[in-house]
Amino acid sequence: MKKSGWLLIIGLGWLVLALIGFGCGAKSEEEVRLGINAELTGSKPTVGDSCKKAAELLALEINQAGGLKVGDKNIPIKLIIEDNEDKAESAAAVAQKLISQNNVLAILGPNASGNAIPAARICEDSGVIMISPWSTNPKTTEGKKFIFRACFIDDFQGQVMAKFARQELQAKTAAVLYDVASEYNKGIAEFFKRFFEADGGTVVAFASYTTGDKDFSSQLTTIKAADPDVLFLPNYYNEVPLQVKQARNQGLTCAIIGSDSWGSQDLLNLGGPDLEGAFFSTHYAPDIATPKAQKFIKEFEAKYGKKPDDVAALTYDAGLLLCNAITQAGSLDRTKVRDALAQVQEFEGVTGKMAFKGTGDPVKSAVILQVKDGQFKYFASVQP
Amino acid sequence: MALSLQYLLNALQLGSVYALIALGYTMVYGILTMINFAHGDIFMVGAYLAMAAVLFLLGLNLDLPVLVVFMGSLVFTMTLTATLGVTIERLAYRPLRNAPRVSAVITALGVGLFLENFTLATIGPEPRQVPAIIPVQQFSWAGISFTNIQLLIIAMSIVIMFLLDWLVRHTLAGMAMRAISYNRPIVPLMGVPVNRMISLTFAIGSAIAGAGGLLYGMAYPVIDPYMGIRIGWWAFIAAVVGGIGNIRGAMLGGYVLGAVEIFTPVFLASSTYRDCVAFSLLLILLIFKPTGILGRPTFEKV
Repeated sequence: MKKSGWLLIIGLGWLVLALIGFGCGAKSEEEVRLGINAELTGSKPTVGDSCKKAAELLALEINQAGGLKVGDKNIPIKLIIEDNEDKAESAAAVAQKLISQNNVLAILGPNASGNAIPAARICEDSGVIMISPWSTNPKTTEGKKFIFRACFIDDFQGQVMAKFARQELQAKTAAVLYDVASEYNKGIAEFFKRFFEADGGTVVAFASYTTGDKDFSSQLTTIKAADPDVLFLPNYYNEVPLQVKQARNQGLTCAIIGSDSWGSQDLLNLGGPDLEGAFFSTHYAPDIATPKAQKFIKEFEAKYGKKPDDVAALTYDAGLLLCNAITQAGSLDRTKVRDALAQVQEFEGVTGKMAFKGTGDPVKSAVILQVKDGQFKYFASVQP
Repeated sequence: MALSLQYLLNALQLGSVYALIALGYTMVYGILTMINFAHGDIFMVGAYLAMAAVLFLLGLNLDLPVLVVFMGSLVFTMTLTATLGVTIERLAYRPLRNAPRVSAVITALGVGLFLENFTLATIGPEPRQVPAIIPVQQFSWAGISFTNIQLLIIAMSIVIMFLLDWLVRHTLAGMAMRAISYNRPIVPLMGVPVNRMISLTFAIGSAIAGAGGLLYGMAYPVIDPYMGIRIGWWAFIAAVVGGIGNIRGAMLGGYVLGAVEIFTPVFLASSTYRDCVAFSLLLILLIFKPTGILGRPTFEKV
């Protein structure tokens, strides 16, 4: 008898919770629900953290100004932030959850291409807009209608770095060490190789490793034996410092270059003086910021006490692009917002001007930064 | 020639770390016939403790000699990981001593997950840098490049292994451990304090994993809460390949696995085959010599 009494109470409790949940569902017409699918834990938590912070900053700014203008109403933005643990399967599961449980209008993220590609497939199938701030692998948006990104793609980035190595560094031979288990690293390594060879150079070593490896001595010994003029490391900021350290310990003295996955303050914290003089391509340079970018940098620093990295800047741009498109469409209808987004002719964001030409990939420029005196310093700009 | 020697030296460095961790697996298996899957994560905690100790000692700004910082961090790390190992055994494994063996293995996996997620929650997911205790010096000899850290790791591992081998073969405690491993039900009748000996085994195994964590942090100074998973698995394979339960076997297995990891990309063009090679080796060995390279066959008495 006592037992059934408890069961009754628990049952009633669930009923009450369900009613409350129902109540929330009913009044949610009045908000723009945006999902954030970010790498908050896992091997690159700085990426997820920057993404989350930039999205929160944007939402706060818009909500403090009274909300987002949709038609003749101003509607507040509500962010639903989920952690994809930096795993492909979790990224897909998070996208699924944001769509089916939270009924979001659009999703920002995932950032890493390995996570963005599976999540993009799910969003495309459900007709939900997804904008990846940082995924540069072409496969993310390829052949998809609802998937966009706020960054350039790896064809372009590979070309930029190959050209830079050939012309600026006068390199005749290059070696590449990349993570074969990650779509981003593998994609850009292949593009670099193709463009470097098309430009008259030779790739003398093309070595790979697997995500999470800490010992690269075997591959670096092979690379050293091939004696390249330049070593290209298109890998994430948490792995590059160990690779550079071990390369130097093996006695490799050649120039080292990288890609936009380097652009986190953590690279400097972990890598220290070994990285001095290295170059990498990325999305924006804080030291040549436009007034728009300066405003963002100032606000971000005031709120979080640190400088925004490229992921933060790109997330902010992705969110702003989306909000502009919603206002343009004047409706919360996903297809209408998608059409408005695909027609953006010119948009000036924190990371520069971008335009969409029928696909989900914006046309925009890249910058090359150098590690100098323990800081990222602007070196050159490359137009598309 | 110089190139092969260079690969061999790399393999020795990596193999030393695997060997140190494999010792912990093999000791616990030897005495309890249980696989302590939390061992890789004890190693991870060791690396974090080492980082804390080094940060503290360097943060004192006393210009302590390098040897003091190194030994201080080593003693601190080994003491705390030993305590951690004993605590885990007391709280998680001892209550299950007479339960089916699978319960203990599942508990061990759970303890491993606990350690990972506890570190994740308290210290955070971002990778950390272990500050350099000893300034890296690079040497070049006959076309081979090596660093003082590399030599230190190889030398320290060999010293630790010899100490352990001596302890197990030539001391009373070692004799008691071997006796328990030989026949646990009978040994208490001879007046051997079984529980204390098992605690001691966990303490030694975990302390060695802690030392491994410190040495690893010196060689690969970027650490994260998941670092123990893959290394733990590889050390486990090393222990099985060498003959689980056999201390010299674990050392040999560690070097074999280090060589597999280093030489796979040399011969097979991609490091991706590394795990295939390692697990194939394990499978082939289990078919033809199930007790491992140095393991002795056991007989079930009816």
